[in-house]
Amino acid sequence: LIIRIDFSGLWQSHWYEYAVRFALGGLMTAVAGLISNLYGPEIGGLFLAFPAIFPASITLIEKHERERKEKAGLRGLRRGKEAAALEASGTVIGSFGLAAFGMVIWLIAVISPWTALIGAGAAWLIVSVLLWSLWQFRARAAPDRMS
Amino acid sequence: VLFSIVTIWEGSLCGLRGEVRRHAMTEYAIRFFVGGLVVSAFAALGDVFRPKTFAGLFGAAPSIALATLAIALLKQGPNYVAVQGRSMVIGSIGLCLYSLIVCYLIKSDLSAKSAALLASIVWFAVAFGLAWILWGAV
Repeated sequence: LIIRIDFSGLWQSHWYEYAVRFALGGLMTAVAGLISNLYGPEIGGLFLAFPAIFPASITLIEKHERERKEKAGLRGLRRGKEAAALEASGTVIGSFGLAAFGMVIWLIAVISPWTALIGAGAAWLIVSVLLWSLWQFRARAAPDRMS
Repeated sequence: VLFSIVTIWEGSLCGLRGEVRRHAMTEYAIRFFVGGLVVSAFAALGDVFRPKTFAGLFGAAPSIALATLAIALLKQGPNYVAVQGRSMVIGSIGLCLYSLIVCYLIKSDLSAKSAALLASIVWFAVAFGLAWILWGAV
């Protein structure tokens, strides 16, 4: 399966939907900092993997997909739910990448902090894309079992 | 208004006054703008990539982590950041189970918004439960 870039996805969102993501992301970053300051890095660190903007993103995906189908005169409710479920399954795979990110920070930050931050970003990308490719490969090899 | 509320909340708990309170307010303003920018950038990437499952990887992008850890490196140093990284691994396990439950709830005919909000209980239970079991941090 080929990964494609489709810029039309950017124009599907209204300006206020971007504003909501910006505000939620900013708010969660401020709150994560506040929790770390108040309760220490052990508790604060947990919130670095909190699904802060996930509910907003998945709701938008469901809405956009439903609207797209309804414009074409079809019932889009089911298609919207399918798109949201697919997004969530992608996030399951991405969470392994996020764990790899945290692990690199944990093990390398004391030795070389900025290298750890860059390495952690690379680890997230590599682990996520590798696991996703593996999952796609298995889904194509055994479509009935993976559906 | 938001930064004032956050700063006053922290100030009342930690006894911050005057100049220190103003510094704290600037810190939260920086966190807000840097975090908002990084999160928006990753969300936009998720919008342009296809197929949907690949775009879903960006739902677990380290957006909040990148902003928070970069600020923590400058402010608190590498030991503090390493501890946050260790906790983040636990939080990621919570995120994995959270998104699995969201997927299941949507397939059980719940709306995406309800599923995502309801499953938050799972994230809190797993993240805090594991943190308590592993190092009694709760």
